[in-house]
Amino acid sequence: MKFEGTSSYIATEDLKVAVNAAITLERPIIVKGEPGTGKTMLAHEVAKSLDAEIITWHIKSTTKAQQGLYEYDAVTRLRDSQLGDEKVKDIKNYISKGKLWNAFESDKRPVLLIDEIDKADIEFPNDLLLELDKMEFFVYETGETIKAQNRPIVIITSNNEKELPDAFLRRCFFHYIKFPDPNTMEEIVEVHYPDIKKDLIQEAFKIFYDIREVPGIKKKPSTSELIDWLKLLMTDDVDAKILREKDPKKLIPPLHGALLKNEQDVHLFERLAFISRRENENVE
Amino acid sequence: MFINFFFDLKQASLPVSLKEYLMLMEAMNKRVVDSFNVNDFYYLSRSALVKDERYLDKFDRVFGHSFKGLENPQGETAKEIPEEWLKLMGQKYLTDEEKKMIESLGGWDKLMETLKQRLEEQKKRHQGGSKWIGTGGTSPFGAYGYNPEGIRIGQKEGKNKKAVKVWDKREFSNLDGDVELGTRNIKIALRRLRKFAREGAETELDLDNTIKSTAHKGYIDVKMMPERRNKIKVLLFFDVGGSMDAHVKICEELFSAARTEFKHMEYFYYHNCLYDAVWKDNNRRYNDNIKTWDVLHTYPSDYKVIFVGDAEMSPYEITYPGGSVEFWNEESGETWLTRMLNVYENAIWLNPIPERYWDRIASTSIIKQIFSDRMFPLTIEGIDQAMRELNK
Repeated sequence: MKFEGTSSYIATEDLKVAVNAAITLERPIIVKGEPGTGKTMLAHEVAKSLDAEIITWHIKSTTKAQQGLYEYDAVTRLRDSQLGDEKVKDIKNYISKGKLWNAFESDKRPVLLIDEIDKADIEFPNDLLLELDKMEFFVYETGETIKAQNRPIVIITSNNEKELPDAFLRRCFFHYIKFPDPNTMEEIVEVHYPDIKKDLIQEAFKIFYDIREVPGIKKKPSTSELIDWLKLLMTDDVDAKILREKDPKKLIPPLHGALLKNEQDVHLFERLAFISRRENENVE
Repeated sequence: MFINFFFDLKQASLPVSLKEYLMLMEAMNKRVVDSFNVNDFYYLSRSALVKDERYLDKFDRVFGHSFKGLENPQGETAKEIPEEWLKLMGQKYLTDEEKKMIESLGGWDKLMETLKQRLEEQKKRHQGGSKWIGTGGTSPFGAYGYNPEGIRIGQKEGKNKKAVKVWDKREFSNLDGDVELGTRNIKIALRRLRKFAREGAETELDLDNTIKSTAHKGYIDVKMMPERRNKIKVLLFFDVGGSMDAHVKICEELFSAARTEFKHMEYFYYHNCLYDAVWKDNNRRYNDNIKTWDVLHTYPSDYKVIFVGDAEMSPYEITYPGGSVEFWNEESGETWLTRMLNVYENAIWLNPIPERYWDRIASTSIIKQIFSDRMFPLTIEGIDQAMRELNK
């Protein structure tokens, strides 16, 4: 069982090593990185490449660890008992399985995605420590122990809004998806738009990375934004020559709305681009 | 051989534990990667041992040191080159002919040697040209330039694809906990200071209690409870004007982060040291100030106090009455600070000046002493420690 990237997802060497280590050692892997670098995509692609079922558990600020295991619906049972429903005699009727339970029951080794774990309360990861370590948990209401038939491949994503506890981190592999370098980016674009013009890509990349390097920019454009922008450039059939434009009055790249997402950034970029081009001309 | 590496990491104060080391050994044992491939081993050990992108850069450095036998002094020189020199500005694009024209300077050792010499000779930022260290030039040192045998320092990617080793690229240096500080990161650091409690109006349905009570009484008995809130209360004091002008940006960030993070927060401004008055609006500071006594009497002692300032002034401004540069103060700054500390048990000082300079500034040492060493640098690490201290 080895992950090698797929036809629609470019995985760097270090990412592959980390994912394969997690698969082989049957431990969770935590994936962090800038927004839009494909953290959530990774789980879907791992599932696709290993031909496994994917179970996603999206975490919200109100999510409790217990909800991933099971929930006991006491209110419905109370109502049923007052109506004299036969169902009330078996407590199992009121236990609904959580995502972890589903993953543990699976016949084939599934991929369990715990998406944006940092959204939950600070204690959330601690509450899942044992469950993810031993891959089993105890149901108090029925007195049974649920044990994983096949230890699922657990992929956890985090946006760094909260720090995760050390004890939790110690049990996991960790990977930080760094922003792709121009070569990897070219491969990524290739996967999405195989018939894009070569010179258009080159000019667009230059602008894209220039924008990312602008000091003080509030929101750096990410991979997914580049891909959107390229799509726009393609549909509008923008010529590569326009992107090479040196006229200071036309410094803002065409269709920049896809890349720069607030007006302060647009102003800042305008100013800085003007200064740096002028400096370049002086050097040359 | 790996044991040494592990201890090197520990020594560099990376938070690695035995469990992670054993995990790495298990992975090696199960042949997750080809053990003869150093790159793969680097990726694997990084994934198993480093759990926070803040430490990636440190890890890269230790890895380079442990497995390449790089001598420490050289590593240190590389570390000391300010990022600012290497800012992506005015990058020079060379033609192939130009590239051919550039000659190599000799072997690796010689390059390192010359680099050290250059570093000593050169004191200021440099750009273009072909000798000094800077950006976009053709000297073998510095980043974004081209020289076939160049040593790359602080460059984010191997631009001309003559890269050395993966870990030497130090791709994660901007994620180092001591360097990067944005509002978002500050917020995360400030979140250490939380104390949840249910207080006030009962607005939420307490489901568990309702069920229990209903079962007990035999009819539906709804129970309510107050919402869970962070009940930390904070007083922030900002030094403004003078030498603090250089730190405006970071103070702004800290302020905006603190304002969203703490529900109960009050802020005041002061200049250089705390005296008998503070103010809330910098434009009206002379007409509209607030007596420090009033502050001490208004806010109860369970408030946590954070002072932000560079603590850089003449020592007289702290220790003598009348020492203030702006007006005649009846009582010394020290008296006022001590009064403040007597009321508020939990107080710390955040200093935007890097920690290594503190001992050299007399006034900083005095304030640090008054605060019984509870002075922390205004970095993510520093705020983190400071919040732990406040939580005590």
